[in-house]
This record gives sequence, structure tokens and C-alpha cells, in this order.
Amino acid sequence: MRTATPGRIEIAFSGSIASFPLDTQFSVPAKGVAAIFGPPGSGKTAVARCIAGLERLPAGFCAIDGEVWQDETTFRPPHLRPIGYVSQEASLFPHLSVRRNLLYGAPKPKPTPIAFDEVVELLDLAPLLDRSPSHLSGGERQRVAMGRALLSQPRLLVMDEPLAALDSCAKREILPFVERLPEKLALPMIYIGHDMAEIERFADYLVMMERGMVTAAGPLHVLQTDPALPLAASREAAVSLNAMVSGYDGRYGLLLLRLKGARLLVPAPPLALGVHQRLRIAACDVSVAREAPRAGSILNVFPARIRACLPLGAAEITLVLALGTGGSGTEILARITRFSFDSLGLKDGVDVFAQLEHVSLLSASEPPLQTIAASTPTAEPGQASAAA
Amino acid sequence: MDGFSPEIWQSLGLTIELASVTTVILLIVGTPLAWWLARSKSLWTEAVATIIALPLVLPPTVLGFCLLALLGPVGLLASLSGGRTLAFTFTGLVVGSALSALPLVVQPIRNAFAAMGDRPMEIAATLRASPLYAFFTVALPLARPGLLTAAVLGFAHTIGTFGVVLMIGGNIPGRTKVLSAFLVDFVQESRWREASWLAGAMATFAVAVVLTLTLIDKYSRRRST
Repeated sequence: MRTATPGRIEIAFSGSIASFPLDTQFSVPAKGVAAIFGPPGSGKTAVARCIAGLERLPAGFCAIDGEVWQDETTFRPPHLRPIGYVSQEASLFPHLSVRRNLLYGAPKPKPTPIAFDEVVELLDLAPLLDRSPSHLSGGERQRVAMGRALLSQPRLLVMDEPLAALDSCAKREILPFVERLPEKLALPMIYIGHDMAEIERFADYLVMMERGMVTAAGPLHVLQTDPALPLAASREAAVSLNAMVSGYDGRYGLLLLRLKGARLLVPAPPLALGVHQRLRIAACDVSVAREAPRAGSILNVFPARIRACLPLGAAEITLVLALGTGGSGTEILARITRFSFDSLGLKDGVDVFAQLEHVSLLSASEPPLQTIAASTPTAEPGQASAAA
Repeated sequence: MDGFSPEIWQSLGLTIELASVTTVILLIVGTPLAWWLARSKSLWTEAVATIIALPLVLPPTVLGFCLLALLGPVGLLASLSGGRTLAFTFTGLVVGSALSALPLVVQPIRNAFAAMGDRPMEIAATLRASPLYAFFTVALPLARPGLLTAAVLGFAHTIGTFGVVLMIGGNIPGRTKVLSAFLVDFVQESRWREASWLAGAMATFAVAVVLTLTLIDKYSRRRST
């Protein structure tokens, strides 16, 4: 009999649901955001439904932070699982107002750890409270569904492609709210999606699925740079990193961020020292040089060592680089042409200089996202772009 | 109206009482039955649905006769309970009219439950609602148009029911004689004036019922869009 480990979300489901075979096993920390990523039809939703107890596979194990929800002898029915479940369609109750939808799952004796007013403010629901769900837009409906799930005081939030049914405009409207949840609430979250561009903005941990099976699981950044996985070799390859704010140059408006093996300078508004800032560095924004450039406009140039070379089509190569002298630091990706690769004589283990032409700051904890979105209305909310 | 005997007013009261009691009982019995028919994956559902639908295709007198055989003075019930009989009583009338209106009540409720799908109940469950709580707070309110249709149909059908009631009720004035039975009497006695009045009133009632149904349907459609 398996025992549950505190601090972990442990999942193992095998069997078939409506003749779809599922054989999924993974364990992720019960902290932060774990994303389940895979193409449509890879069984991600089936896993979410099993976790919620909406599907029952006889051979299943599900334990959240030391609490067993399902094993050989136990099966907690869905209404006894402290879960917040948000699915693709918001499925608001059409016969209840927004306010009564929000309060449907809220325990009656107040006060609750996740308070009504807090959720209303977090998701900007105040103007909607007395309206009927039939008069809301898709994005608004999804926000209400998230609020309703949070107010049921869950110990785990499961979001099954909450943005999939929305158009790109509504997606942009709602993404900042999704990003804000994990940092504002100390609540572990399982986020299911098939769009890496969403996931790399806020996930800490990644579980990759294909045809009902887990193909890889681990910290997001580790999987992003793993040469054996399709992520690093894809055209949109990028790394998501958490850097620590270690200074600010007020004269030039440059934020100093520290990574293992590098100190980045990024034009951005000031942030408090010691705060963690999510960065995204796309492979196509990194180039390499054999010698340290003497004079150039690129601010972020660091020694690095080549860890792996992955061909991309006929003409290009993606390099996995470890920053720092001797390659002891953070791994990032660089995209170069095969011509440059050959003419510079590059191969595994060669020391180079990585030139980071562009670093994106994502979901800044301070200042709040609205400020960024409001000050630069044309930019994508929550993303301060920085060309160095 | 002087042509009408006091008995017809008595009969009107009896008819309305019968229809009301029957409708309430039908809703109480029919709703869980419809829920089971709509939600269960068991193969029995279709068998049960067929049996429930029988009164629609059976001649009402046949149904009445079956009931008489079961509940009458020489029926099964009598032999089990020592001579107790429901024939020619109000209870017998209720049983008869409830059975004949059951398919009309169960079908709209079943459709309403089936149309809502699994989602609302699943969502309610993920919000800590026990199945019973979710049934009362989500399933019933969502099925409201279906329930209204069922109630109206059940009530109206019982008002107009004749064959079953005649068989099991015995047409005793003041006790089991309903309005539709009076119409037969009037015609047999060639009292055309009273017969016209009664027929006209019942036709008007039927029109009102159908109109109500249409309005309910329209109202619920507007709500859902």
C-alpha cells in the first residue's frame, strides 16, 4: 500500500476511460504551479477529471500534500475533495446571479481563509456581481468560474485549459489574472494546457503527456533545456527563469537581475531588492561569439559552455548553453545558423560567449500588472519587453 | 345555468380535487423516476420507460380493467389485505388517473434532466455540493420549465380522463363521478344545452392549458439565451 508524502502531489492513474487508455504517473511539489502539457487528445483532461474524482479508475492513486484522496481502498467522492476545479467552459449556473454563483461552494460559517472581498478584488469581479451569467462575455464568465472555485476554499486548484475556449482577445484579458493567482494565494495549482506560450509564463513544474502517458516531468526550466525532449528543439524554444533582483541603476533605468552564472541588465521599472522576477529568454534572441566582443550595444554578454547541439531544420542549430566560466551556471538556449556553427568551429564542450539580445520580464510581482498594462496600453499586459 | 343540477357543481369540485392531488403525487413520484431514467446507464431504463409509456397506447378502459382486477373487490389487493378494496373510492380514482397521466409527466421532466447533461451536477460536486444538495439547488431549478410542463399536462390530462376513471371509480354521483362522465349523461338524455355548455367549458380549459404551455416554453427559451 502506498503512503502519501507531505508536500507532494502524487498521481498515478491507469486504466481506460471511454476506451481511451490512460497510464499516467507523476509526482510534483504541492507548491507553485505544475503544468500538464501535451497535444489535444493526450489525456490531460482525463487526468484532471480523475484528480477531481469525476472519473473513477479502479487502479488509481491520488494524494495531495499527504492526504490520500484515492488508493486501493479509498475513493473520496468529488464533493469531499477540497479542490477548485475550473474547466474549459465556465459552466456557471444560469439560474443564479454572479454573486450567488461565487458563493455556491463557499462554506457558510464565515470568515474563510480566502475571503469573498479578496477574490472579488483579485479577479476584478465587483462590476459583475449582480448580473446574470447569460450577460457575461467569455472572459468574464471564466473569471467568475475561477472566483467560484477559489471561494470553495480548495487546497488544490486544477485549471483544465481555462483559456482554450476563449478568443485571443479574451485570452489576453484573462491571462494576467491566471498569472496572479499562484503568487497572491499560497495555493498549489495544476494547470492543464497545450500552449507552451501560456505555460512558460507562470509554471514552475512541467509534466509532459502524450497518448495517455507521461513522457517527462520535472522543473520547467530543466525540461526546456533537456536535449532529449522536443521543447528545446522546437522553433519557439525558450527558457523561463527566476532571477533575483539585486540592484537598480536609476540613471539609465536598468534593473540588475542575478542568475546563476550571470548578472543581467534589463531596462525596466525598479523592483524591490531580493524579489524574484520571472524572465523569458527565447532561443532566437541569443547568439554566440568565440571571443568577447570588445565594443557593442548588447548589454548582456556572458561566458558559457556548449552542452548540446540540436539541429533545427536544414539550416539552423539550437545550442544548449550553460552560463558562467566553465559552464557551471544556468542553462539557456541559443539559435544560430549551421553556417555560423561550422565557420566558428563549434561543438559540444566548446567555450563561447552568449549574447542575450532580448530578455522579457514576465508577471512582475511588483508593481502590480495593471500598472504596467495601463502605462503601456499597446504592450501585451504583464510583459515588459526589453531590447538591449 | 339553471339546467345544471347541484351534482354537477359537486362533480366539478371532485374533478379539480382529483386533478390537484394526482398532479402533486405525480410530481413527487415522477421527478425521481425521471431523474433515474435520464441519468442511469442501466439497461433497465428502457424497459421501465416502455412500461410507463403503456397508458399512452392502451385503451383507457383496458388500463381501468387491469386496475379493477388488481385493486377491486376480488382483486390481488383484496386477497392480500383481507377484503380491502380501492375500487369505487377516491383513492382508486387517484391511482387510476395517476397511472394514466404518468407518461405525460415523466417525459418532459426526463427530457429536461437529459438536456442539462452531466456538467452542472459535476461542477456542483467540485464545489462541495453533496448529490442531494446539488439535486435540489441545481438540477431542479434548471429543470423548472420541464417540471411546469409536466404539472400542466398532468393536471389537464386528469381533468379530461374518462375511461380509467369510469372503470375503477364506478361513476357514483358525488363520490367518483367526474365532469367528463356528466357529458355522456347529458348527451344520453338529449340535454344538448347543458352538454354544449360543459363541452365548451372543457374545450376552453384545454385551449388555456395549451396556451400556458406555449408561454412557458417561450419564457424558458428567452431565459436561456
